[in-house]
Amino acid sequence: MRKRHTPKDRLITVALHVALAAGLFFAAFPIYWMLSSSFKSNTEIFALPPTILPKAFTLEAYAAILGDPVKLRFFFNSYFVAGAVTVLTVLIALLAAYGFSRFNFRGKGILNTIIISTQTIPPITLLIPFFGLVVSYGIFDTYVALILTYLVFTLPYAILLMTGYLNTLPRDLDEAVAVDGGSSWTALWRVIVPISLPGIVATSVYTFLLCWNEFLFALTLTKSTSMRTVPIGIQLLMGQHAFEWNQMMAMSVLGSLPLLLIYLVAQRYFLAGMTAGSVK
Amino acid sequence: MTRQKRSHHKLKRAVAPYLYLSPSLLIIGLLMLLPMVTVIGYSFQNSAVLRRDPSFAGLKHYQAIFDDPVFWASLWHTLYFTCMSVIFHMTIGMAFALMLNSDRINPTLRNILRVLYILPWLFTAVIIAVIWRLLLEPNGVVNSILMQIGIIGSKVEWFSSPETALHAVTFANIWAGYPLFMVSLLAGLQGIPKDFYEAADIDGAKAYQKLIFITIPQLMPIIISISLLDFIWTMQVFPLIWITTGGGPIYSTEVLSTYTYKLAFSSYNLSQASASAVVILLISLGLTLFYIRYQKAR
Repeated sequence: MRKRHTPKDRLITVALHVALAAGLFFAAFPIYWMLSSSFKSNTEIFALPPTILPKAFTLEAYAAILGDPVKLRFFFNSYFVAGAVTVLTVLIALLAAYGFSRFNFRGKGILNTIIISTQTIPPITLLIPFFGLVVSYGIFDTYVALILTYLVFTLPYAILLMTGYLNTLPRDLDEAVAVDGGSSWTALWRVIVPISLPGIVATSVYTFLLCWNEFLFALTLTKSTSMRTVPIGIQLLMGQHAFEWNQMMAMSVLGSLPLLLIYLVAQRYFLAGMTAGSVK
Repeated sequence: MTRQKRSHHKLKRAVAPYLYLSPSLLIIGLLMLLPMVTVIGYSFQNSAVLRRDPSFAGLKHYQAIFDDPVFWASLWHTLYFTCMSVIFHMTIGMAFALMLNSDRINPTLRNILRVLYILPWLFTAVIIAVIWRLLLEPNGVVNSILMQIGIIGSKVEWFSSPETALHAVTFANIWAGYPLFMVSLLAGLQGIPKDFYEAADIDGAKAYQKLIFITIPQLMPIIISISLLDFIWTMQVFPLIWITTGGGPIYSTEVLSTYTYKLAFSSYNLSQASASAVVILLISLGLTLFYIRYQKAR
């Protein structure tokens, strides 16, 4: 048993809390700084000494972003592309996961290995052939180009996540349908889908995040301002002559909201998705 | 059931999995495996993509890359950036996981801290890059604090001086990536049977002995597999570097991904860029094989 309340023991507890506080500063200060800068005026951001809390609290940066149709379009594009890819990915991955989870077939092992290894294919390697394809099919600078290319990167993760989830569901359920003469298709929609909602939610959340964060393809496969997504929008804002740091921070806060909200509301699903790549 | 009906059912059962898998296989085949073959093809052509009838170039573009000192510099920067990131992700992730797992802290505090420590993970690479640019501005808050406590004498241009730029982007990436380790190790810590520690207590083991002889060996499989994945993913990082330094100043933060991107979309030398992309692919595939073998052996 541990001996409590000796001076040495108390010292260790104090040291631990000091370390926890230092860790908290390391983890959270940059984010706090983003948030507080987004409520400052651009001159206050570089005031010396720096102001920890905004001295003259202002929403002008948010007003500038939300009042600009060009920037609202970035948000619309991000939501639209991420939403479309999420729906497609979850549907296609659900079918594949059902195949993997409920059937034994020739080539299963090798297909599974291929899907695991596609997770690590560098996006930059696929970028050049995608660029060639997208240009030659005339879909450069369109939603279709983004949706198709994002699908390739979300699908492997989604299949692995969904298969993992379906494997936890007892097989007797769908076998009961088979005994009643129902096909595997009926079993999927009548029995599996309704009880797979947690798995579907986790997969959707993770797919949405992957799309929301994507930068390289959006940068290369779109060109006009009306087709750009939020990450590119932030970069464009930075490229303008005078650095509007408060607007950049406000846009970053707005661009992080979906992730933060999902995390706060559905922490369990969020973590399930984020660690999916790393656990078999 | 008649025999005919039964064999019909069997046939359906045999074909079904392929039908369920076909949309996925079609997409992965057409949009992932085929482009991989295409990019290898491009790397052996002159003026790939740009011309309709490119001529065969042999190994010329690979030769050009291996003769380019910037390529070797990029490879070195990628290695430095990746190794330092993985080492510190692991160390910080482990430290935070152990601290949070300690029974010396109050459970409510533990839950709050767990949520806050994960925060860096919730931000997009572009946003992380922008935040660190603001923090590390010459007139920014980091310089101001460091000067006040006397660590630096004058303002440091973290991202725009060749001596500090690579360290600065690596630091930003360390900050951004440790939560993956933390979350995985926390889950691992909770899976270690309590009686291991109780047995050690009976034998009079000290805290550090329990760490070295029980905790770390038990977490080893997680540490190895996350390190491998983190290594593969960090090697491919693009937006963080693109937004903070763009590979500069004077190539001092050029990594393989920015090097390849510039070849393709600044110099429009898509053939040479393809050769470089194939080199990155081969390194990734080598590591992936290693990872899959490790997972299977487990």
